[in-house]
Amino acid sequence: MIDMSVNLGGLEMKSPVATASGTFGYGTEYIGAVDYSKLGAVTAKGIRIEPWPGNPMPRHAEVKGGLVNAIGLQGAGIEHFLKMTIPWYRKQVPNVPLIANIWGGSIAEYAEVAAKIGNAADAIEMNVSCPNVKSGGHTFGQDPKILGTVVAAVREATTLPLIVKLAPNVPSIAHYVHACENAGANALSMINTIPAMVIDIEKRRPVIANKTGGLSGRCVHPAAVKLVYDAAKATSLPILAMGGIYEPKDAIEFLLAGAAAVAVGTATFSNPNVVSEVYDGIAAYGERHGFKSVREITGALES
Amino acid sequence: MTNEKTKVVAHDEIGGGYRYLVLEAPAISAGLVPGQFVHIRVPALEESALRRPFSVFDAANGLVTVLYKTVGRGTSALNLAKVGDTIEVMGPLGHGFPVKCSGTALLVGGGYGVAPLHFLARRLEGRKILFAGGRTEGDLLALDRFERIPGVEMRLATNDGSRGAKGFVTLPLDETIRELREKGEPFELFTCGPDGLLKAVSDRAVELGVPGWISMDRHMICGVGACYACIQKTVRGNSRCCIEGPVFRAVDLVWD
Repeated sequence: MIDMSVNLGGLEMKSPVATASGTFGYGTEYIGAVDYSKLGAVTAKGIRIEPWPGNPMPRHAEVKGGLVNAIGLQGAGIEHFLKMTIPWYRKQVPNVPLIANIWGGSIAEYAEVAAKIGNAADAIEMNVSCPNVKSGGHTFGQDPKILGTVVAAVREATTLPLIVKLAPNVPSIAHYVHACENAGANALSMINTIPAMVIDIEKRRPVIANKTGGLSGRCVHPAAVKLVYDAAKATSLPILAMGGIYEPKDAIEFLLAGAAAVAVGTATFSNPNVVSEVYDGIAAYGERHGFKSVREITGALES
Repeated sequence: MTNEKTKVVAHDEIGGGYRYLVLEAPAISAGLVPGQFVHIRVPALEESALRRPFSVFDAANGLVTVLYKTVGRGTSALNLAKVGDTIEVMGPLGHGFPVKCSGTALLVGGGYGVAPLHFLARRLEGRKILFAGGRTEGDLLALDRFERIPGVEMRLATNDGSRGAKGFVTLPLDETIRELREKGEPFELFTCGPDGLLKAVSDRAVELGVPGWISMDRHMICGVGACYACIQKTVRGNSRCCIEGPVFRAVDLVWD
């Protein structure tokens, strides 16, 4: 068995497989269906200061090879998260680190959420790239200058490992990567969903009430691999890669492209066992190719 | 909750596009409460397709029975499952009906909405009346199965008058409610079916001040409370049908 542990910008993970924010609730919902012993970290659903109702229904549309969603970051707010959610998670899942995913409507709010978390989580992932909420998220991730400012503000507010989740729909990922790096981020995660739309041709209306949403699932995987590859070339920050991981091969592509760790998301909905399958598959691949640790697979792409 | 590899032991069409799917699922079957649902990975769909949620018609002796209508891509693909096939199923999921009722239980089902009411009728003690409604006689499902349950009376309605009262199932329901109220007998309302019916039953429960148990049907993604896709407005805000429901108290529901 190869060494499967990784260090994601200061976050020690005994497995390179995490869950992606928004697809795994607050970490306890899948107990009974997921093998937590093969999980390196859980990324919780996004949280801001106040409770947030999310978008109107319908919130999703299934497409072949993928899923379009516009949940809209529904959440109970930071107080509930700290008082109820995290203690419950720690009790139910004592051995898997928790990454708190945060967002806000202003730079000050991002910093405030991060400050309030203190050391209650094991790392913070900043969502600056949600395509489904107008006021927050996406706008911060679209301009490298604003991105740098908001990352720096959160950096000031927390000593936890800081991961920034980047938008895929930008002209050149390197500018955003550098902005995060210069502002003190410890790691990057990518990709968030790709802006998308589904139309009911009989009703001649968008299927989703928000009209547009974010595309995830199998179909986004090759696009995500390319972005991870580009980002890895531009930085030495470790990358948590996600986007259409359904089988070990998908995760290994990310590692070879330069990712330090991977997160499964939409695949969990159809197959909660994907965490174990990907973990076992990476280990078997590593052994077959003579790697001593998963860390050696990172960036091991022949040029 | 578990993710169980189940085996198809029967899969019979009963006409009108309705089918019974019987699964050997000992782990899930043992824990199921009426009104809970199972999340099925449909084998004939592409492997990345979302699961499909189904309410449970019956659970006993290690078996789980689902009664469903073929309405779209998922159910069409489910049609192809054959006896002996393996199907991955998550369950039991969600909050179901209470299995205690003070007074007469009025079970109001529209179309295949009678499915969880059948399971409920099997578990509820005392007097219970099934009100089954549909567009036409072929939409009145599983009546033979309800007949086998001790203590069940039936009142039927069809929109075209082909069986039972002509009109909505609320016609015989209102009649019975009037009778029970005249006699001063207590009752509770339990319902599953199309939204219009759910609201009609919910409104009656709230107006009359009697317990109403409403099983909501929303498109789902995860089925376990993780994704927040299957929202129903309630007095608590945006509630998830899959985990805070699918059965809600009538007094908690907020209708658009």
